[in-house]
Amino acid sequence: MSGTHSSPSRIRMSGRSFLALTLTPEAPLTDWLAALDHQIQRAAGFFTGKPVILDLSLMQASTPDLPYLLPALQERGIRVLGIEGGDKTWPAVANWEWPESPMGGRASGPVTIPENDMTPTLPPTLVVEESVRSGQHIIWPDGDVVILGAVSSGAEVTAGGSVHIYGALRGRAIAGIGGNADARIFTRSLAAELVAIDGFYATAEEMDAKCTDKPTQVLLTGETLAFKPLP
Amino acid sequence: MAKVLVVTSGKGGVGKTTSTAALGAALAKAGQSVVLVDFDVGLRNLDLVMGAERRVVFDLINVIQGDANLAQALIKDKRVDTLSLLPASQTRDKDALTSEGVAKVIADLSKKFDWVICDSPAGIERGAQMAMHHADMAVIVTNPEVSSVRDSDRIIGMLDSTTEKAKAGEKMEKFLLITRYDPQRAARGDMLGTDDVLEILSIPLLGIIPESPDVLKASNVGAPVTIAEPESAPARAYTEAARRLMGEKVEVTIPTERKGLFDWLFKRRVA
Repeated sequence: MSGTHSSPSRIRMSGRSFLALTLTPEAPLTDWLAALDHQIQRAAGFFTGKPVILDLSLMQASTPDLPYLLPALQERGIRVLGIEGGDKTWPAVANWEWPESPMGGRASGPVTIPENDMTPTLPPTLVVEESVRSGQHIIWPDGDVVILGAVSSGAEVTAGGSVHIYGALRGRAIAGIGGNADARIFTRSLAAELVAIDGFYATAEEMDAKCTDKPTQVLLTGETLAFKPLP
Repeated sequence: MAKVLVVTSGKGGVGKTTSTAALGAALAKAGQSVVLVDFDVGLRNLDLVMGAERRVVFDLINVIQGDANLAQALIKDKRVDTLSLLPASQTRDKDALTSEGVAKVIADLSKKFDWVICDSPAGIERGAQMAMHHADMAVIVTNPEVSSVRDSDRIIGMLDSTTEKAKAGEKMEKFLLITRYDPQRAARGDMLGTDDVLEILSIPLLGIIPESPDVLKASNVGAPVTIAEPESAPARAYTEAARRLMGEKVEVTIPTERKGLFDWLFKRRVA
């Protein structure tokens, strides 16, 4: 008997609430879908991962195009969590996979779709006022990094954007992490242990010897790193 | 209020203990009251270099753990009476250094002396961190070779990020002391030049100590070189460095090779 558990172990449960969006389609459905597409275009990703309740209260059993409404929403990546109004028995919706609607819930007013999501905000730049010493590691996954001092042997600077070093680069500089092939590395004096842009790297041995200890920029051309002297 | 100075390097064998003893003795000879604190728990050496190894009764760990008070543990130098030593324990290890204990000892010493000089162990672990934690200023001992320079760079980074001063948002004063500088090898170019070292580490230069048999001789007789051979080239370099620590403006001279007649004759014969 030893080692058996007499009581079943407890399971962890806790509450969590989400704001579900309620879509209320109006006839004619083709126009309504076009308006929806327009909204999605202005705020890409707005519906991603959001639970949506479909409210059919303005629909009739005979509304044209009704059979295609649910598939059309699913095609746009809208996840319908529940359906309100309407009737499961309408022939037009006979083919729908009618989700088990959650009960209750409170209406919480109209939701405005953000309009400015399309204009990208510039990622912030990190400015380091002094030298990056051996063993130190600067990671800045979004924007550019500006180092006013040097980057020592054994130090590492990693940036989502470009890396600008006003002193000598003697350690590692890694630019364009997360797939930015346009990122570059600039330094007052190239004596790096390793440089990399968007996953393509070069060790000290593979670097262009004519740039050694000179002001240099490193950029990606195709799949090779190019070393260009700075004026 | 005393100045708390840490002598550190990252790398071992570059001359931290020798420099601690020589700088401390030079400051004491200049009339300052100085205590040297050995943080190399488990591998103590400062007592040997100071010639006090046969007088150690209590040590830093005893004081931290409350087994002895400071007055019992401090060893007064017999040659320079403003110079004292707080030895490390040889039988314990660096885990016995508690941050509260070290803070209290440093605070107590600061009330009694003008200078509290902490001799850091090599490495970047607990012992070294404890030695640098309460410092106001640091002397980074570096040999003119790449591995020593890189380790010093690492230590400078830690001085600027992990110490009490750094956490308070203040800047620690840091000085570079280049030791074991060999003028002959420098002339031949098989050693990193002073300029290169300064360029890489970019902190002010406190002094350049030439490689010399006098340093080893002094260590073996248990006396800092500034006491044993005060007229030797390394002793003069240490004395000048100590004056710079006190805020005097003294030009740094780069040691050059001096050839006497005998050297010349000897070289001729060998050739």
